[in-house]
Amino acid sequence: MDSDSGDKWSRKAPITDQRMDLKQSLGGIHIEGLKKRYGQGDTAVDALKDVHMSVGPGEVVGLVGPSGSGKSTLLKCLGAIIEPSAGRMTLGRDLIYDGGWRISDLRALRRDKIGFVFQAPYLIPFLDVTDNVALLPMLAGKPNSAAREQAMALLQALDVAHRAKAMPSQLSGGEQQRVAIARGLVNRPPVILADEPTAPLDSERALAVIRILNQMARQFDTAIIVVTHDEKIIPTFKRIYHIRDGVTYEEAGEGRGFD
Amino acid sequence: MISLAGRDILHAWGKFIFTGMGLGLLIGVTLSMAGIYRGMVDDAEVLLDNSGADLWVVQQGTLGPYAESSSLYDDSYRGILGMAGVADAANITYLTMQVRRSNETASADVRAMVVGITPDAPGHPGQPGFLVAGRHITRSHYEAVADIATGFALGDRIRIRRNEYDVVGLTRRMVSSGGDPMIFIPLKDAQEAQFLKDNDAILRQRARTAQNRELNRPGVPGLLDAVITSQSTNPYVNAVLVQIEPGANPDAVAEPIRRWKRLGVHTKAGMREILVAKLIATSARQIAMFLVILAVVSAAIVAFIIYTLTMGKIREIAVLKLIGTRNRTIAAMILQQAVGLGLIGFVVGKIAATFWAPVFPKYVLLEPGDAMRGFVIVVVICVLASLVAIRAALKVDPAEAIGG
Repeated sequence: MDSDSGDKWSRKAPITDQRMDLKQSLGGIHIEGLKKRYGQGDTAVDALKDVHMSVGPGEVVGLVGPSGSGKSTLLKCLGAIIEPSAGRMTLGRDLIYDGGWRISDLRALRRDKIGFVFQAPYLIPFLDVTDNVALLPMLAGKPNSAAREQAMALLQALDVAHRAKAMPSQLSGGEQQRVAIARGLVNRPPVILADEPTAPLDSERALAVIRILNQMARQFDTAIIVVTHDEKIIPTFKRIYHIRDGVTYEEAGEGRGFD
Repeated sequence: MISLAGRDILHAWGKFIFTGMGLGLLIGVTLSMAGIYRGMVDDAEVLLDNSGADLWVVQQGTLGPYAESSSLYDDSYRGILGMAGVADAANITYLTMQVRRSNETASADVRAMVVGITPDAPGHPGQPGFLVAGRHITRSHYEAVADIATGFALGDRIRIRRNEYDVVGLTRRMVSSGGDPMIFIPLKDAQEAQFLKDNDAILRQRARTAQNRELNRPGVPGLLDAVITSQSTNPYVNAVLVQIEPGANPDAVAEPIRRWKRLGVHTKAGMREILVAKLIATSARQIAMFLVILAVVSAAIVAFIIYTLTMGKIREIAVLKLIGTRNRTIAAMILQQAVGLGLIGFVVGKIAATFWAPVFPKYVLLEPGDAMRGFVIVVVICVLASLVAIRAALKVDPAEAIGG
């Protein structure tokens, strides 16, 4: 399955350094020839063989693939949780990986440049809604009052400001997921990695979450990668990356309902 | 930056308070054990101070009336009074026994140390220093001054061996080194109580003496009566308490008594050493062992609780690490929770120990210094106990938040 086969899957062509630099200047996240090998010698497993991906600011793309295809490994590489084995990766306007990490403080990178939205909201149960969102800017050294103001602005944008003082256990599933999205966005990261964010939600709420992600991507110029199995939301993406056996393929999506 | 530990404690305050209370009771027991040891030392100190003596003259080669059996003739004090540097001297006997009111059954008795003193004015050696009620002993027989810990009241009649005594005065904190309350009675009565046998035994002894041809010679009239009389009287006391003249050196006064009277003499410092280092040494080691075990158990409990609490938050910790929380912030959260738990435990323990100390039958002395040391030890134990949980938390892979 490659670009010459005439199939609907089109293999992303390798991009040149010049093209990469151009994309880099635009922001978002761009990956070229990313590989990840676990183990060594005979027991080595190539989880990612050749991953190409380019998501611009304000864009929401889907990442789909069967179990064992390398989705989680790719997400961990993108999230700077594990180190790839080869390739090139830019985030925002920074080259962060080029055969080795180019940034020494990966923790700060995750805090400031990458937003995470998980399958379950995983809010901190002992912090109220405001502090769950404000925690990231606080960790980045922002004064508490300024961090809370920043959090409140996002909660208002996501229509959960009226639950600002509630504890996570007092929220509905949809409200929890919106708070989790606010947490992912609060430091204005150039990219958000959403790992099956609609899995626990019914169709209506799942589509609401995707609508919010699209709004936020446009509003904050954030590139959003949504890992999903959810058939309900796949048609909403304009572009979809399929991953199989550690190789990504790009497909034009339907982009239904969010223009 | 907000306090994650504080928020977690506030969020799950019930769990922390109840866990802290459980730990606090354990800390309370630990503080009480230390208090029991302090009480034993204080009892020994009180015994020395209340005796009003600077020197204890005892049977040669013995450690004195509190540690070993000691007996010397009751006229020894006369010679001692004439020694250089001696201001006052008085005989004394000690006898630990069960004492009860004369109209009560044996089951209502109390354990007490019966002290035989020569009726004299307060301030003389062996006299109870002060009374909380009543008066001192003025008659040579059948009067008693009892410590209020015996439960006796003024006017009570108490039975000691064959005689009954009227309680004419009450003291407070007059106890033996074992913590038993004291009952003071006249010396002559105490000597009888200590050595005099019951009627049947006296009869048997007289019969045996009469059968002895050496003691019952027909040609020596009065010999048998003299021997029997000597068997029926007790000329011994356990010690002579000596007060030395102001400015005199206790060792300098003691040495001639040892040399010329052929008696054992202990100074106050030496007697303190005997009481604290020898008499209660085994008990002290026993308590020390308990303290060590309780400290280890407390540490294990804190470690287990903190570890369990931390393991219950693994997913949250993974999320915190994923979103960029520093290891030191997570470690500080766990450490603060452990110390918080220790603080709750210490406060509960201190309050519990203070409330239940008076209920103990023997004196429990809770010293502020011990409380401070206990507090420091609790904090150190909590810090050490949290290390296991911190290690586990720092090992959490942030990828656990993503799954897959």
